[in-house]
Amino acid sequence: MLEVSGLHAHYGRAHILHGVSFLAREGEVVALLGRNGAGKSTTMKAVMGLVRPSAGSVRFQGEEVAGREPFSIARRGLGYVPEERRIFSELTVAENLEVGRRPAPDGMASWTPARVAALFPSLGAMMARPGGRMSGGEQQMLTIARTLMGNPRLILLDEPSEGLAPVIVERMAEAVLQLKREGLTVLLSEQNLHFARLVSDRALVLEKGVIRWEGTMEALMADEAVRAAYLTV
Amino acid sequence: MIFGVTRIVNFAHGSFYMLGAYLAWTLVTNLPRGHLGFWGGVLAAALIVGVLGVLIEVLLLRRIYKAPELFQLLATFGVVLIVQDLALLTWGPQDLLGPRAPGLRGATEVLGVRFPLYELFLIAVGPVMLGLLWLLFHRTRWGTLVRAATADREMVGALGVNQRMLFTTVFFLGSVLAGLGGALQLPRESVNLQMDLAIIAEAFVVVVVGGLGSLPGAFLAALLIGQMQAFGILIFPKITLVLAFLVMAVVLVVRPHGLLGRAPSSAHAAQVVEPPLEATPGWGRILLLALLALAILVPPFLGDFALIVFTEIAIMVLFAASLHFIMGPGGMASFGHAAYFGLGAYGAGLLVKHLAAPMEVGLLAAPFAAGLAGFVFGWFCVRLSGVYAAMLTLAFAQIAWSAAFQWVEITGGDNGILGVWPSAWAQPKLVFYYLSLVLCVAATLLLRRAIFAPFGYALRAGRDSPLRAEAIGMDGFHIRWAAFTLAAVAAGIAGGLFAYSKGSVFPTYMAIPRSVDALLMVLLGGVQTISGPIVGALAYTWIHEQLMRLFELWRLFLGAVILLLVLFFPQGLAGVARRRA
Ligand SMILES: Nc1ncnc2c1ncn2[C@@H]1O[C@H](COP(=O)(O)OP(=O)(O)OP(=O)(O)O)[C@@H](O)[C@H]1O
Ligand SMILES: [Mg+2]
Repeated sequence: MLEVSGLHAHYGRAHILHGVSFLAREGEVVALLGRNGAGKSTTMKAVMGLVRPSAGSVRFQGEEVAGREPFSIARRGLGYVPEERRIFSELTVAENLEVGRRPAPDGMASWTPARVAALFPSLGAMMARPGGRMSGGEQQMLTIARTLMGNPRLILLDEPSEGLAPVIVERMAEAVLQLKREGLTVLLSEQNLHFARLVSDRALVLEKGVIRWEGTMEALMADEAVRAAYLTV
Repeated sequence: MIFGVTRIVNFAHGSFYMLGAYLAWTLVTNLPRGHLGFWGGVLAAALIVGVLGVLIEVLLLRRIYKAPELFQLLATFGVVLIVQDLALLTWGPQDLLGPRAPGLRGATEVLGVRFPLYELFLIAVGPVMLGLLWLLFHRTRWGTLVRAATADREMVGALGVNQRMLFTTVFFLGSVLAGLGGALQLPRESVNLQMDLAIIAEAFVVVVVGGLGSLPGAFLAALLIGQMQAFGILIFPKITLVLAFLVMAVVLVVRPHGLLGRAPSSAHAAQVVEPPLEATPGWGRILLLALLALAILVPPFLGDFALIVFTEIAIMVLFAASLHFIMGPGGMASFGHAAYFGLGAYGAGLLVKHLAAPMEVGLLAAPFAAGLAGFVFGWFCVRLSGVYAAMLTLAFAQIAWSAAFQWVEITGGDNGILGVWPSAWAQPKLVFYYLSLVLCVAATLLLRRAIFAPFGYALRAGRDSPLRAEAIGMDGFHIRWAAFTLAAVAAGIAGGLFAYSKGSVFPTYMAIPRSVDALLMVLLGGVQTISGPIVGALAYTWIHEQLMRLFELWRLFLGAVILLLVLFFPQGLAGVARRRA
């Protein structure tokens, strides 16, 4: 579904990604793991076109999207959930969802505010509340819900567990598994190994802009050495 | 609206307003008289302006949305210059009077005072427009998208919204409203070529006071400033022009993002750190030394006119270098640098006028007056960044300009101060030229030294990562404040010399166009190059001189040069030369 190869990215003169390559198959949840500053968010931004890749290719559903503008990449069915959440704080929950709304491709059941509220029940009760007056967990749910309203085929989920209480993290994991059951492909960036383990099929381990290890989640949990080298602080 | 979504501070908005008035005049005076002719003409004028706005957005602004703010300001100022000359060509220099609005010609009694009906109508139009816009923004999908984009346009794009369409439609609506504003003035005021800069300076104040991007804020601020001006004229008739800018300064100090504004979420935009400032490469040094040698050796063989041009160039090099000092290493945009140039000139001129002081004293007073103003204004300005800082510097320059313009007893107002001549020994043009050269080169070299002294490094550290610089114990605020004051002192020296070289001082020394001159010199040379301001001042003064000499419509050409510069040479001339090298 998503095929990234030889991806390079820069911020100004700083070279951040040094040829990142990986694959996400349809219906899979793939975890992108790595320490602070490894380049997880940058990888997602480069896939989404928010950071223009300086080299490499990003193929989505067989089509090259590297170099396209974010809106056009989004319209092809890639959803992006940023790490900083970026809720429109002046807009109500319902309006936030409206900004994300896009028609579903043929044959796909469209996401609606009601369906989103079924996935995240607490959102249903606060449709008229301004986004700025929500808790961190609620904002995290809203930012995922907002992206779902665009009916993506794959979502880039950047550290959804960051800063959330353990109970909310569990609930977030359930929501991700629910999305997976509905056939959505997910590329998840995480530092929280516990959360990643609950939801992911495969893992990619990133360090200094290079993928150092790749395998199933079970294999990663079994491999103490890899985790010590690239994940634990 | 336009600023909120596109983040472009659009000088050309004043031109749209002026064009709305001119087009309405043409339409209304040519269409059959009556309701249809008048109101139809007014609306059609607004729509035509909207279409022009779209053209400018598509052809120009789209290419520079990612450029630094100052480039955008300059590009839209280029449009202002072009529109001014085109309007002059089309409608001529004389003021035009429009007909009165049919059905609203009379007056009525309000609290025992006769009050024109048309003014009542205008008073109603404001809130009605606000109401309609509110509905548009809160009850339509388009409006929701616009509000979302005002907060975080990149995120809106990542959600699949084509920002281009959004920007263009916002620009259309904004331009239509500007055109409508101008067209509605037709029955009240004559239409003239000064309408654009007059309204844009006020509009900036209103928008900044209200909070950039906040519609209700703009409405509130317009009311506040309108009332201040209406009642101010009763209490302080001499400083009505200053009042609006004073309100702005006070509001920005208390609420840096305006009455109802919020801090822009610039944290999301990928910030690109400026590349390190490079010392002038070897061949560049040789070039500069060669230029200096020419500047020393050639003048004895020149006539008076050429000497005047040479003197002006020397002064402009210092003026540009002083602005470059705060813009390049300091990273602070100033849109009102002419204030310090002009205050230097007035510092000298006023001493001559009121105390008959000799030139030596005047030249000492010039940097002192400018430095004092830089010290006071700088305290406010260096707290802000980006567009807000640019707007506040503009506001202070406008305060200085209004004071010089309105305080006729002291400054002579529009007539300026005449008879500011050098002392007898410096009267010959050649001597005065060498005096200017020595002072300007010395001051420019001192600024250059400061850039590579620890002070300059601290200044750049504060620009590139304010938090880290503060964390290692640098006091960013005081460093920037000192830099601002120093730049003002240097501009003051340039202004003082300029006053003596011209023999006169006028309020125009501090007007917006002179600030733009300085910016153009710096940008022409390249902001992040050391030799930039020198090359820029030379090139700009030369281009300006040629354009004024060769073309009646020099504004048109200057505007075109600005647009070319912004679109094709964002690195400036010195930057281009360096890349080639
Ligand atoms: N806007 C930016 N400008 C310059 N450098 C940046 C920018 N954003 C990130 N970087 C740098 O790029 C590198 C990778 O950052 P990135 O945000 O991709 O890391 P990450 O793996 O997502 O880390 P985290 O787990 O902390 O979110 C870091 O060294 C960071 O300092
Ligand atoms: Mg990250």
